[in-house]
This record gives sequence, C-alpha cells and structure tokens, in this order.
Amino acid sequence: MTLTTLLILAAALIGIGLYGALSQQSFVMLMMGLELMLNGVMLAAVAFWAYSGTGAPEGQLLTIVVMAVMAIEMALGFALVVAVFRAKQADTTEALSELKQ
Amino acid sequence: MTPSLGTHIAFGVLATFAVLTGWRVFCTDSMVRASFFLLLSFIAVGGIMILLTAEYLGVAMFFMMAVEMMVMALFMVMFMMNPAGLNPMKMVHQERVAIAAGVIAFIVLSAVAVLSDFPDAPLPAEHAPVISLGRELLGDSMLVFETAGVVLLTTMVGVVVLSSRRGRYGRADEGSMPPGLMPGGEPAGQPSEEEEGEHTHHHH
Repeated sequence: MTLTTLLILAAALIGIGLYGALSQQSFVMLMMGLELMLNGVMLAAVAFWAYSGTGAPEGQLLTIVVMAVMAIEMALGFALVVAVFRAKQADTTEALSELKQ
Repeated sequence: MTPSLGTHIAFGVLATFAVLTGWRVFCTDSMVRASFFLLLSFIAVGGIMILLTAEYLGVAMFFMMAVEMMVMALFMVMFMMNPAGLNPMKMVHQERVAIAAGVIAFIVLSAVAVLSDFPDAPLPAEHAPVISLGRELLGDSMLVFETAGVVLLTTMVGVVVLSSRRGRYGRADEGSMPPGLMPGGEPAGQPSEEEEGEHTHHHH
C-alpha cells in the first residue's frame, strides 16, 4: 500500500465511473457512474492526506466536502428525475429530445 | 506509521473488491443489484480509508453509503424497468466511445500517479486523526463546514421545489401559467402563440 497504488486504484474507479456516466441510458445508472467517480476522488484525497506526512486535518476536511457534494448530487439528481418523469414519462436519456416543457 | 504485511494484504483484497464490484455495477442485469454492487464498492473504499487511519471518514462512508444506496434501490424499483433483473438487459449507448474514454482516463491518471514524484512520508506516530479532524471542523474550518450545512439546506429546499407537483400557478405537470394582468386576460410574461386551447386550466 503506497501512494502510487492508492492513486492507481482511484484512477481505476474514476475510469469505470466515467464509462458508466457516458454509456448508461437510465438516469439513475448515470448517477451511479458519477458517484463511482466521486468515490475515486475521495480515495485519492484521503491517500494524499495519509502520505503527505504531516497529519494535517485539512485533507480529511476535503473528503467531507466531497461527501456533501455527493449527497447534494444524489438529492438534486433524484428530484430532477422525478420532475422529468412527471413531465415526459421518461426514464432514459434517449427519451428526451428537449428539456423545454 | 509503517504498514504491516496484514495491512498490505487487506489493501490488496479491498482494492480488488472495490474495482470488481464497481465494474459489476454496469454489467449486471438487475438495477437493484447494481446499486448494491455500488454499495459494496463504497464499503471497500471505506475499509481502505480505515487502513489509512482515517477512521472517521471510513465509518462515515459506511453509514452514508448504506442509506444512500437504499434510497437508490428504492428509486430503481419505482422508476426503472426490470429492477429485479428477470430478463437479460443492456441499456447502453455510445458504448465504444465510453469504454475508450474510461480506459484513457485510467491510463492518464495512472501515468500521473506512476510518473510523478509525490511525497511518500508516513504519518507521524503520535497523530490522532479523529481528534484533529474534530478540532479542525469546529475550529479553523468552521466556516467551510457551516457552508456545507447551508448548501445542504438549500439543496433540501430546491429538492422540495423541484419535486413538488403543485407549482406557483397551478399543477406543474399540466404546464402552469401565471394569471393575466387583467381579469380573463392573457397570462403575464408568456409568449402569446401558446394561448389557444390552453385556457382550460387557468385560474381566473
């Protein structure tokens, strides 16, 4: 377990998440891709904190901010999914050709 | 803190598990199962955080992601076709481009990780991560922490507004219109060509 292997693991998670976010048709699966990318980002932040040698708590604080971002992303994403589903009966990205009501 | 052999083995197992479950998220037929695979991936990363002595974050990850993935599974059942995976199903578009983008992102980020000269200093032996994080959250970084709280409150308000069925001028899913400037007049601030046939749900 070194900083390099941790960052490679974070890169793998970000790569898989990017694939999911770009390829999935369903809105919720697309959000899962975004969450997987944020997972990798959090791991990288904690890894940098753990191997920077000072033990300064700001690295963990960054991870907490990313966690809050993740919660916001999920809450607003689900609200948008509900709104779009009500307006268009659509649950896939293909079913939307325009965002205007 | 110098990692022991057990730490290395645990890291290897958890890292493999995180990548495998993360990959399975996008190739399982059942969307509910996909959300549980994502939960397993998050839990593996939380375990790695605990190995890195960020105990608070690792445990917070467990709890937060358990709840979040339950909500996600609920939404899957409500909205998505085939939530239980009874039929084989693949719902992807532009798959080759997406695979290429993911592989390129992995290669570039890994190259940065391998080629750069990052610090590799272990944490000091006497540090107390949870205590120092608590002091930071309620001390120097109080403003950042409070800002996150206010942003979360704003998100709650925004979510309620977005998912509310009733808008300011009537039901949102019927296309709510503002009232006219004069009694029975045209809706204020709306383009006039939409008016014919739309008068049934105005509130006069």
